[in-house]
This record gives sequence, structure tokens and C-alpha cells, in this order.
Amino acid sequence: MVKRELDEVSGTETTGHEWDGIKELDNPMPRWWLWAFIISIVWGVIYMAAYPAWPLITEATKGFLGYSSRAELADTMNAVQVSRQKYINSINALSLEEIRNDSELARFAYAGGKSAFAVNCSQCHGSGAAGSAGYPNLNDDNWLWGGSLTDIQTTISHGIRFEQDDDTRFSEMPAFGGDEILDRTQIGQVADYVLSLSKRQHDFENATAGAKTYADNCAACHGDTGQGDREQGAPQLSNVLWLYGNEKADIIAQISRPKHGVMPAWGERLDATTIKQLTIYVHALGGGE
Amino acid sequence: MGLTTYLTSLSIAAIAALLLAAKADDAVFATHAWIFIAACGLAIIYQLRTLDSNRNMPEKRDGYLDGVVRAGVIATVFWGLVGFLVGVVIAAQLSFPVLNFDTSFTNFGRLRPLHTSAVIFAFVGNALLCTSFYTVQRTCATRLAFGNLAWFVFWGYQLFIVLAATGYLLGATQSREYAEPEWYVDIWLTIVWVAYLAVFLGTLWKRREPHIYVGNWFYLAFIVTIAMLHIVNNLAVPVSFLGVKSYSLFSGVQDALTQWWYGHNAVGFLLTAGFLGMMYYFVPKQAQRPVYSYRLSIIHFWALIFLYIWAGPHHLLYTALPDWAQTLGMVFSIMLWMPSWAGMINGLMTLSGAWDKIRTDPIIRFMVLALAFYGMATFEGPLLSIKAVNSLSHYTDWTIGHVHAGALGWNGMLTFAALYYMVPRLWSRNGLYSLRLVNWHFWLATLGIVLYAAAMWVSGIQQGLMWRTFNELGFLEYSFAETVAAMHPYYVMRTIGGIFYLLGAFIMAYNLWRTVVSPTTEKSAIVTPEGGQVAMSGSV
Repeated sequence: MVKRELDEVSGTETTGHEWDGIKELDNPMPRWWLWAFIISIVWGVIYMAAYPAWPLITEATKGFLGYSSRAELADTMNAVQVSRQKYINSINALSLEEIRNDSELARFAYAGGKSAFAVNCSQCHGSGAAGSAGYPNLNDDNWLWGGSLTDIQTTISHGIRFEQDDDTRFSEMPAFGGDEILDRTQIGQVADYVLSLSKRQHDFENATAGAKTYADNCAACHGDTGQGDREQGAPQLSNVLWLYGNEKADIIAQISRPKHGVMPAWGERLDATTIKQLTIYVHALGGGE
Repeated sequence: MGLTTYLTSLSIAAIAALLLAAKADDAVFATHAWIFIAACGLAIIYQLRTLDSNRNMPEKRDGYLDGVVRAGVIATVFWGLVGFLVGVVIAAQLSFPVLNFDTSFTNFGRLRPLHTSAVIFAFVGNALLCTSFYTVQRTCATRLAFGNLAWFVFWGYQLFIVLAATGYLLGATQSREYAEPEWYVDIWLTIVWVAYLAVFLGTLWKRREPHIYVGNWFYLAFIVTIAMLHIVNNLAVPVSFLGVKSYSLFSGVQDALTQWWYGHNAVGFLLTAGFLGMMYYFVPKQAQRPVYSYRLSIIHFWALIFLYIWAGPHHLLYTALPDWAQTLGMVFSIMLWMPSWAGMINGLMTLSGAWDKIRTDPIIRFMVLALAFYGMATFEGPLLSIKAVNSLSHYTDWTIGHVHAGALGWNGMLTFAALYYMVPRLWSRNGLYSLRLVNWHFWLATLGIVLYAAAMWVSGIQQGLMWRTFNELGFLEYSFAETVAAMHPYYVMRTIGGIFYLLGAFIMAYNLWRTVVSPTTEKSAIVTPEGGQVAMSGSV
């Protein structure tokens, strides 16, 4: 049955088997291959002696190096903690103003705040804190709720319109259109008046007609000249910065059915040290007061 | 099975499915019941319409059953195009998110499993189905066992693909990577797979050769292991027998370990063992050379299947998985390196004495590149499983690049070679329609893979490095969004690579189609070094 043949090309014998014309040469395994395989097995045995490897009844063998990935993580975290402890103690002990005036400490707090911002805040405010429609830009000096160190710390700790926090910053502009406080014509007129406050292109007649409506309905919060009111979180209307868009249609939409952004109270999620660092960072972005 | 029994059981199945459709708890389950009814209906109509011709032409039972292989070839090409196309679409979505089109049906989250399943199960699965049926008959010198059961395997498998794919788009998934189909689709696949095993084992049983060819060991290992992996990983409790939702039997870290035991061995047995079976037939046939070493084939077969099954935990390094299991995954992955390479050695060394064919025969070229990518990917795999390397590479695009070097390079290229080999023989043509187009396909595919893999290596390593960059005070330097933004140019490059690969596949489809429909193909026969034509092995 088995007919060993000599393959003319290689000068090697075949095994004598044949399937659909396919034969097999009787070559030995390449020596380098065999050695590499054996070495990898030997290495495997040594590695399994060195590291946790064999599951026994209640626990696994620990290996002669005594390695554990949990211990490795704990050590790494510990080392970081120890190297930062000096700064962290100072941050906890000192006031925000004092931290800011200590250049070395401020530098550390800024770096820590930047890192915490990238993880927790950049999703809404953007990696460079430039914001986007509906999410305030933190680089400028136009603050809805105040730009001093304590104002910023309060905002971060308690959030905005975050109902689970009793001390959250809260304001709500009425839905002048949705609740039929003003009619469509009046809203259009007010919108033109609001445009005129920031000296943008507007319909003069409409704006003049809207001035009275503004004084009656809007000035209480946004101020007589549209200067805004930080106590109530009422945005300034007389500058070029707009949270929800600067076109007349955007302004009409906001007067009719205002959007109200929500920011979580980070005091519940981050420790006090991190919040202080975030405060230093945001304050230093460009608009701190 | 008698005709009456056959038609009756199809009708009963359709009526049972109609009841399920009527009582279904959710729309997806009802849709799937209707798809099942449609499948039964089509089978009945087909049977009734071909009654006369069946009566006039008594079925030949002596030759090979090649009709099902031909159907498998067509399905492989079709699903390959679908899988590559969806791949290009989701690559483009990652580059330009607006292409998600803001509807749930076309968003990345649903199209991504559609792509992976279309490639792994539809394209590669059909390639394995048809090549295993093709080669097992020839290397056993006998017809497939159990009559038309192979046809049930083929159509049952296509139904599985359709149920899986429509389920993803409609939002039905059990959220297990590469095992997304819900419980009832899994049960259906189990039935089909058991039939597949029966056909394959039965054919081996009635072989007319004294020994079982090495390629068939690999195919058998693939079929048996996939059955085991599929059943264990999909053990789940349905919320209702009339709805899609189910909950896995496992939870927590056990769940993760089961999933990656499955996930890694799907790669190991579907994409590696099965394809080594394919390689062991088509490479020696096309090169017309004996297999290099019988001894190497035995040793690496047993080493490969013994070692592979333990390597899964390397997907869970530095997680909640106990340290001992992480050690196990890493050590077995390293030991797997040489047994994997032995497949490449045996393939490439089989070509010794036929190396000149690489100049004249584009099919050999496909095979050589496939083996080269196999060697590259099976070196990269153990490398990535080393804990220190994995801590950089894991969760980055490097993994994506690795899997595509394997899937596009090894599985894709070898499948293309096998298709080019089989089509002229299955349709009794003298050769392929155009060797020039095979060359075009080769270079487009190669360029596509190189672009893809290079882009993912650079992006993956850059991503990993950005994630772990600390400033001098020990704080993280980059936000996650910044690392995503930095990937943009590489994602665009990957999309372009994918387009090249897809174009090549379209050229192949055209070439194969022209081969099938052209009665005379004298000017472009399969080339051998002597300038003659490859003889056809007898088939019916």
C-alpha cells in the first residue's frame, strides 16, 4: 500500500501517502523551529514558577517573585500620592487666594486642575474650554455667575440648575412665547431691541417699539441697558457673546421658549482638593477676576 | 427523505413560525419569524417547480456533490463584497461622524457588528463551508455523506446570516463581541452546525483513502471546536420564548473570561485552524509540489489545537481577572508562536522547487502573500499578549490593525486564491477569464492592506502613548477627545486602504462571473511554468 518515492526536485523521500495527487515529503522538522519551540516552553515553565500561575483549591500559587497586579497598582498609586502629598496638604490648608499667590503651588494646582478638567469637564466645555452652543466659553471674561475664585468654586461645587443640590445656582427665564406672556409681534420687537443693545444690525422701528416691552418684562433681570445680573445668572445682552446664537431667529427662540443649561454639582463627585485645583485652572484660563 | 415528508415538515415549520409571529412579544422577533416563514415558503415553491425535471433526471449519486460547493463559492463572493463594503462605510463613519446619518439603523454601533459578522461568519464562514466540502470529497475520493444534508447546511447557514444581520440593524443583540445574535438565532446555528459536523464526519468515515489528509484534521478541529465555543458562550436564559431578549448564564469576570475564551478561539479555529486546512489543500495543488514535512504537520497540528484554547485570557490583561489566569493567557500565547509559524513554514517550504511560479502565476502570489501575512500576524499576536506590550497596545487601534492584517492578509488573500483555483474547475472551464484582472486584484488588495495596517500601527501606538503621557508634575497631558482628534488622518488613510481592498474584490467578482458565463476561455488558461494548462481533476 505505502509506496515511498523519491522527489526529484528536493531529493527527499515521500511518506508514500497520496490524496488527490497531493504527496508529503518525509522532511524532519526544521531544527531551529524545534529549538525555538522548546525554548518557548522552557521559558513558559520558568515564568509560571515566577508569577502567580497554578490555581489550587483556595488560592493560586504566588510565584517566587511574589508579584500581584493589585499590589503593583497600589504601589504606583501610592508613589504618586506620596510625591504630591506636600502640595495637596498645602492646597487643603490654604485659601484659594493664598494658593494663587504661591507661584509653585499655583503651578501644581493649575496642572492638576487642567488634568481634572480634561477628564470631567472637556466633554461639554471642550478640550480648550472654548465651549460651544449652549456650553459657556470659559476663556473669556464674560461670566454668568461671577468670575472670582469663590464664585467659580461655588459654581463647580454646586452646579447650575442641578436640582439634587440644595445650594445649586438657579435661575429660570419665563417662556414669554410658550406661556403667552407676550405675543409674536412683541417678541419680534424685543428681539430687535436686544440686537440694538449690542449694536448689531436691527430694524429701527421694531426696536423702538420693543424698548417699552423690554423695560416692562426684561429689564428687571437683564438690566436697563442689558448689562445683565450675576446675582440671578441673567446674561449680559450688550456684548457680542451669545450662548444660544446671535441671529434674530435664535433670540426669538430663546425669548419664546428659553433653553436652560444644567451643570452637575461636582462637589458630590470630586474631592475638595480637586475642586480647588479646578478653580485655580478655570480662573487662570483668561477671565478670572 | 421522501418528497411528501419533506414538504410536510417544511409546511409544519412554516405554520409553527406563523404562530410565533402572531404571538411575538416584540417586532424584531415577529420579523424574524416572518423571515423564517419566507424561507420555508421559498423551499416549498422551489421543490414544487422542479418536480418534473427531478422526475425526468434521476439524481447522479456516484460523482462529487459539487452543486453545493458552487453555491458556496457564490455566497462567499457575495458576502465578501457586503462585508468589505460595510467595513468601508464604518471606516468612513469614524473619519466623518456625519455619515452616521443620525438614525439608529445606520449608526456605527449597529453597523460595526454587521461588518464583523459579515466578514467573519458570512464571508470566511462560507469560504470554509465550500472549501471544506470541495477538498474533503477529493481527499477522501468519495461523495459528501448523507445525501442532500449538505444543502441544508448551506441554506441553513445563509438563513442564520440573514437573521443575525437583520437583528443587528433592528437593534437585537446580546452584546457579546462576535457572538451578538440572540438566543433563538444561536439555537438555529447549533442545529445547522451539528448537521455540518455530521456531513463532514460521515464523509471522512466513508473515505476511500487509507489515511485522513492533514487538511481534514484541521477542518475537523475547526468544526468541533466552534460547536463547543458557540454553545458554551451563548448559554443564556431568554426573558420570554416569544421575544428576542435573553440574559447570559454568566456574570462578572466569569462572563468576560467565557466571552474571550470564545472570542479568541473563534480567531484560532475559524480564522486559523480552518484556514490551515484550506492552505494544506490548495497550496500543494496549485504549486504541484508535495507538502514539505509530514512530521511538522503532525506536531504543529496537535501543538496548535492544544495551546490555542488556553490563550483567551490575554484579552483581559490588567483587568479584574485573577493574576494566575492572566499568566496562563500570556504564557500559552507565547508558546503558541512556533506552532503557528509551523503552518507558514510548511506552506512556504512546499513552494520550494516552484518559486519561479511566483512570477507567472498570480494565484501562487496570493498564497505567498497570505502565508506572509499569516506569519506576520501570528508573530504580532504573541507579542501583543506580553503584558508590558499589552499595557500600551490594548484598547488602541493597534489591535484593529492586527486583526485586519490577519483577516485581510491571511483569510482574504487565501480565500481569493482558493476561489480562483476552484471556479474554473467547478464550472468546467479551461481557465480564468482574465489573469490580468487577477493581477489587478492582487496589487489593489496588497496596497489596501499595507495602507490599512500602516495607518493602524501608527495610530494605535500614538493613541497608546498619548493616553499615558504625563506632564512633569505627574498629571495626564491629554484629554480623551484630543486623542480622538489626533486619529483623524489615520482613519481617513484606513478608509482609503479599505476602498482599494473593496475595489479588488469587485474586480474578482467580475472576473469570476465572466469565467462562469464564458463558454470559451482559450486565451487565458491557468498558467503553469511549462506554459501548459493545469489539468482538471474529474468532478461531476
